[in-house]
Amino acid sequence: MAEFEPRIVAFLCHWCTYTGADLAGTTRQQYPPNIRIIHLMCSGAVDSIYVMKALIDGADGVLIGGCHPGDCHYQTGNYKARRRVAILKGILSQMGFTEDRIWLKWISASEGKLFADTVTKMVEELKRMGSNPMKQLWDA
Amino acid sequence: MRKIENAKRSAPACGRQAMRIAITKGETLNMARHAVVKVSEGRTEEAIIGFLKSLLEKGVIEAILIPKGLPSGEGFVQALIRDPGKLNGVSALSLTMPVQSARVASNLTVKNLGKRVAAVLKACEIRAIVELTKFLQVKLDSFYLIGIDCPGTFEVPDYAKMSQEGKGGEKLTKALLKGMAKGETSVLDGCAFRTACQMCEYPIPQADIVFKLFGYQTDQEIGVEIGEKLEKEIEEKGILSFSERESTNRKDVIGKVIAERTKKRDALFQEFKGMIKDLRSFLDRFSTCIRCHNCMVACPICYCKECVFRTAVFEHDGDQFLRWADRKGGIRMPTDTLIFHFIRMSHMVTSCIGCGLCDSACPSRLPVATLFRSVGDRIQKMFQYVPGRDVKETPPVASFKEDELKIESGTL
Repeated sequence: MAEFEPRIVAFLCHWCTYTGADLAGTTRQQYPPNIRIIHLMCSGAVDSIYVMKALIDGADGVLIGGCHPGDCHYQTGNYKARRRVAILKGILSQMGFTEDRIWLKWISASEGKLFADTVTKMVEELKRMGSNPMKQLWDA
Repeated sequence: MRKIENAKRSAPACGRQAMRIAITKGETLNMARHAVVKVSEGRTEEAIIGFLKSLLEKGVIEAILIPKGLPSGEGFVQALIRDPGKLNGVSALSLTMPVQSARVASNLTVKNLGKRVAAVLKACEIRAIVELTKFLQVKLDSFYLIGIDCPGTFEVPDYAKMSQEGKGGEKLTKALLKGMAKGETSVLDGCAFRTACQMCEYPIPQADIVFKLFGYQTDQEIGVEIGEKLEKEIEEKGILSFSERESTNRKDVIGKVIAERTKKRDALFQEFKGMIKDLRSFLDRFSTCIRCHNCMVACPICYCKECVFRTAVFEHDGDQFLRWADRKGGIRMPTDTLIFHFIRMSHMVTSCIGCGLCDSACPSRLPVATLFRSVGDRIQKMFQYVPGRDVKETPPVASFKEDELKIESGTL
C-alpha cells in the first residue's frame, strides 16, 4: 500500500505568508505537494467555520499563516486570529479531537525557506499522527 | 448622571401596608445602598410588588417588565406593564423561565425606547443582558435592571405538572423562601430545579435594584439594594430610606449556596468528561440531534439576525455529496449536524452565561447546556473572562493582548 499522504488546507494571509510561499517557489525551495492553499487578505479574516469544515470533511491538517506579531498589514488582524485559533483549539480538544492538527504559524514575506520548512515539518508530523479520524466517521 | 425633573419630596414612607421602612441613613457614596422592606402577614411577594408599584406611581420608571402568573396557575409569562393597578398578580419570583428575558430586553431597547423602563430579572438574565450590551444588542440608557435572588427555576412542563398536582403556587413559593433564609434550595419533595439552575454559581444578581432574599426571614422583611443610578431619586421621592444594615448571616448563606452549586457543577463536568472521551463518543451522544436549531433560537447570546446555518454557505453540488460518500463509502445526510454544534460553540462559548435555556429547548434531551458550560469554562478561564460580570469589559473575541497565548506551532 502506498504511504499515507496527508492533505493540508492552508489559510494564508496575502501580505506575509502567501508572499512567503511565493518566494519559496521563485527561489526553488523544495517542499511536499500535500498542501492546498486558500488565499486570504489577512489571517484575521479566517473564520473558524471554514477551519472546522475542512477538518470535518477530512483534511488531515489545517495551517493558518499570518504576519509576525506587530507586522500585520492591518495592524492587529493576526492577534485576533490567534485568539480565534486558541478558542477553536480549546473547543476541539474538549470534544476529544486532537488540536495538533491545527497549526498557526507566523511567516513573513521574506521567509520563503521557513514556509518550505514548515510545510515539510507539518507533513512529517501528520504522517506520524496518521489520517484524520473524521475520515472514518461516516456520520461526522 | 440622570437629572431628576421636578423631584418633590413626597410624604415620608408611603402609606402602603406591606411596606414600612428602616431609618438609619447610609454614609458611603457612589456605592450600592441598602434598605429593608418590611413584610406584613408573611406576604413577601406583595411587599415586593408594593415597592415596584411605588416606583411606577412616583414616576421613577414608566413601565415595568415582570413575570405574571398564568390564569391557570400553571406557569408564568413576561408582561410589560404601564398601569400600576395591573401589577396585582405579578410574580417577581417566578419559578419558570419560559423565555430568556435578555432577548425581550433586546427587542425592547435596541430601537427607540423613549420611556424609562425597568425589568425584573433573574441573575442569568441580567448576565445575558450585560453580554448583549457589549455586542450592542441591548441599550441600557433608559432601561433599569431589577434583580431578585434566585433559588432556581423549574422546567416549564414540570412546573405545570406540579401545579396540577397542587405542589406549585403560593405553597411552593413559601417553602422556597423559607429555605432561602438558611440557604437550602436543593430538595423539594421530588421536584428538581432545571439542571442549569442546580449548577448555577451566580444566584445573586448585580443590578440597579436587587431584592435580597438569601439570609433574610422573608416572612418579616427582605433586603433591597439600590445602585447609584437610582439611589438619589428613590431617596428624594421618599420611596425608601437607606440603612447600613444587611442581614448578618447573608454572606454565609450565599457562600453555602454557591459552594453547593459549584460542587454540583464540578460533578456534572466530571460526568460529562467521562461521557465524552473522544470524538466517537461525542458523536454517539449527539447522534439523536434532530437539527431543529432550538438551542440556537432559545440562546440569548446567539443574536445574529441571519444565522450562517440559515444561509447557502453549506449548500453544495450534488456531485460533491457523492464524492464525500465515495470517499467514506457512505455519509450521514444532512451533513452539517456536527459542524452546527461546533460552530455554535465557537460563536457563543466565550459569552455563555449558563442559563441552560438550550437544555430546556432541546426535544432530544441532549445535555447541550452542560456541553456549552464545560467547554465555556475552559475557554473563559483561558482569557480570565467572566461573562456577565461587567458591561465595561470587552469580550475576548473583540480584543487581544500582544503578549499572550503561545500557540504558534512547530519549532523550526
